[in-house]
Amino acid sequence: MTPPVRLRPGTRVRVDARGVDHHCRTPRYLRGRLGRVVAHLGAFGDPETLAYHRPGALRNLYQVEFEHAELWSPGEAGVLIAADLFEHWLSVEDD
Amino acid sequence: MSSAAHDMGGDPAGPVDRSEPERTLFEQRVDAMQRLLCAPDRALFTVDALRRAIESLPADTYRGLGYYERWLRAMAMLLVERGVIAEDDLRVRVAALAAGGTTRRAGDPAGAPPPEAGR
Repeated sequence: MTPPVRLRPGTRVRVDARGVDHHCRTPRYLRGRLGRVVAHLGAFGDPETLAYHRPGALRNLYQVEFEHAELWSPGEAGVLIAADLFEHWLSVEDD
Repeated sequence: MSSAAHDMGGDPAGPVDRSEPERTLFEQRVDAMQRLLCAPDRALFTVDALRRAIESLPADTYRGLGYYERWLRAMAMLLVERGVIAEDDLRVRVAALAAGGTTRRAGDPAGAPPPEAGR
C-alpha cells in the first residue's frame, strides 16, 4: 500500500512544469525548477483526487530545497527556499 | 496553465504583516465547524476539498475576504455540493439572519441563550 521511497536526501530533482486545471499543491513558481531533496516526509493521500471527494492514492511527500536564484531574479546567495512536494511532481535530474 | 488567485508566489506584494491578532469568536467558530465537518465520524469533506473550494472563489472575491471568511464560503459551497444543505435554504436563512433573526431554529431547546454575535 505504502509506495516505495524512490528519492533519497541529496537527489537533484526537477519539478514538473505541467499545467493542471484541477486542485494541486504544487505552486506555480516552483514548476520547472531544479531543487534538491532534503527529506522524505511520509506518504499521504493524493490531494488531487481527495479534493473531489474521491479516494487519494498514497503518494510520497518530500521536502525539497531550492536556491533562491533558481526561483527569483536577482537571487540572494546563501538563501534556500524549502517546499513540500509530492513524488509524482518530481523527476530525477542527473548531476 | 490555470492560475487561481491563491497561487500568488512571486506576484508583486508589500511587506509581510507579521502581527498576530487575537482570534475572534467568528474565526474560532469557523475553525470548529471545519473540524466537526471533517471529523472521521462525519467526513463530509477533506481539507483538500476545502482548499479546492477556497481556490475556486473568483479572484476578486478571494482577495476581498479574510482567511476564515474564505473557509466559511468554501464550507457552505461543499455542504451544498454534498447535498447536506440546499443553496436556497442557505440563502433564505442568511437573509433572515441579516434581517435580525435568530440562529435558533424551531424545535431547538428553549431557554438556551442565543449564540453571541459572531463579529
